[in-house]
Amino acid sequence: MFGRKKQAQTEADSVIEAHVANSKILVSNLRKAYVSKKRETVAIADVSIEILDNEFVSIVGPSGCGKSTLLRILAGLDEATGGTAILDDKLIDDPGADRGMVFQTYTLFPWLSVEENIHFGLKIKKIPKKQADEIVDHYLEVIKLTPFRKSYPKELSGGMQQRVAIARALANSPKVLLMDEPFGALDSQTKSEMQLLMRQIWQVDKPTVVFITHDIEEAVFLSTRVYVMSGQPSVIKANIPIYLSYKRSLEIKDTTEFIAYRHRITALLHDKEVDVEVES
Amino acid sequence: MRKLFRIRTKIDIKLYNALALGVFLLVLFLWTMLSAGGSISQIFLPSPQSVLIYLIHVFGSGQIWPDIGISAYRIFMGFVIAAVIGLPLGILAGTFNFAEALIQPLTEFIRYMPVPAFVPLIMVWFGIDESAKIALIFLGTLFQLIPMVADNVRAVPEDLLSAAYTLGAKRITVIMKVIIPAIAPRTMDTLRIMIGWAWTYLIVAELVAANSGLGYNILKAQRYLKTDAIFGGILIIGCLGLLTDRLFVLANRKLFPWAEGGK
Repeated sequence: MFGRKKQAQTEADSVIEAHVANSKILVSNLRKAYVSKKRETVAIADVSIEILDNEFVSIVGPSGCGKSTLLRILAGLDEATGGTAILDDKLIDDPGADRGMVFQTYTLFPWLSVEENIHFGLKIKKIPKKQADEIVDHYLEVIKLTPFRKSYPKELSGGMQQRVAIARALANSPKVLLMDEPFGALDSQTKSEMQLLMRQIWQVDKPTVVFITHDIEEAVFLSTRVYVMSGQPSVIKANIPIYLSYKRSLEIKDTTEFIAYRHRITALLHDKEVDVEVES
Repeated sequence: MRKLFRIRTKIDIKLYNALALGVFLLVLFLWTMLSAGGSISQIFLPSPQSVLIYLIHVFGSGQIWPDIGISAYRIFMGFVIAAVIGLPLGILAGTFNFAEALIQPLTEFIRYMPVPAFVPLIMVWFGIDESAKIALIFLGTLFQLIPMVADNVRAVPEDLLSAAYTLGAKRITVIMKVIIPAIAPRTMDTLRIMIGWAWTYLIVAELVAANSGLGYNILKAQRYLKTDAIFGGILIIGCLGLLTDRLFVLANRKLFPWAEGGK
């Protein structure tokens, strides 16, 4: 409706335009506390975030800051104790196919082959077989695992399994893709390859992604925007748009701009007083 | 030599087989020596030869087959009925907390009651016909099976269920398409352990309340002090137990090639 021409635009422009366009996820004053007999443990104190259409947003924070809990609430797998989470004007209170998720643990169904795993959600949606096959073929191509389509998960490496998990989530064409430290268990070489693949997938299809990580470099490389979460109390500390070139390769990690972003977020995480301007 | 004592390190497969076979031969050798030395009477310890002659005789004449047949029938029936009832109850108990409350505490309570002690009661209820033996095997396995299946369900990783939900699965789909296939190989293994128990309870049933079957055969041999027949009977039961066990292992590998250790 605004006559978008994404390819020709710089990323910064598209972020601004998206502001005008559509808010995909709106989280307001979200709170999550676990109450046991003796005391209350606060996982999330008070978090408000907004994710726009076609954004790739990372949430970084120290372990135990509640970032995974936040994602699970967005997925509908956990219930908040206060505040709201809205997806496209609809309150999130149940898990559903409109929010695909990739986990840190390997969650492929071990009794299904690679292609059957990608088929799983399509079968539930009752997509006609021929159309479903085309979707599966397409995503096998995207994750470069077409030769392994008949393999069982146990025959794949960790990185390959996570690629299939990503394809399985994307094949369902969710409104938003939730990723909970999906590369956290991989070795650094594989991790870099996966980051590049993920960035390329995003550059082509522009899925809306919420990505949880504690790896600052990973967050800067992948994202259009990064939320920094603090530990105790767990609140959003900063909201940092990443203005780096649209087409990114791994070499970008060595540029001064990239390193500047990294340092800035690191400083924020380590609670240092930094006189950097923080947009929010 | 030092290699043998490396913790959890595989040894050469030939050496492994040689060691395993060696122990069998050693036991056989000791048995032969003890029985042949004449220090122990044939009545207490029959020689391997006499047991072998007995086995050749019963299989050669074919007189053992009806006993094997009737025993196998009892095992099969008791085991199948226990599985048909126990599997759904175990799955329910492992899936829903309310079902666990209804099923598991009672099951655990009954589980620790000695099954052989039920024999007199079963005889009062069912008499001494086939249903009595089947009932005993059923009772002996059902209450072991339920908590084990429930534990198999609980061992399914939470994230696997979460993944299914985020792919659009509803609860019934999660049970049918995730929980049940996920527990299948482990549950086959549970059934394999159960059938071992079933063989034990079969003999209990046949020793006290039967006029046919392998257990009855052993009892009959005892009356005439035919220890070679007792030894032979035990060996046959052992081999049949081992055979069913191996069949389950084989079926598991063939049916679930995707599982760790599957083919």
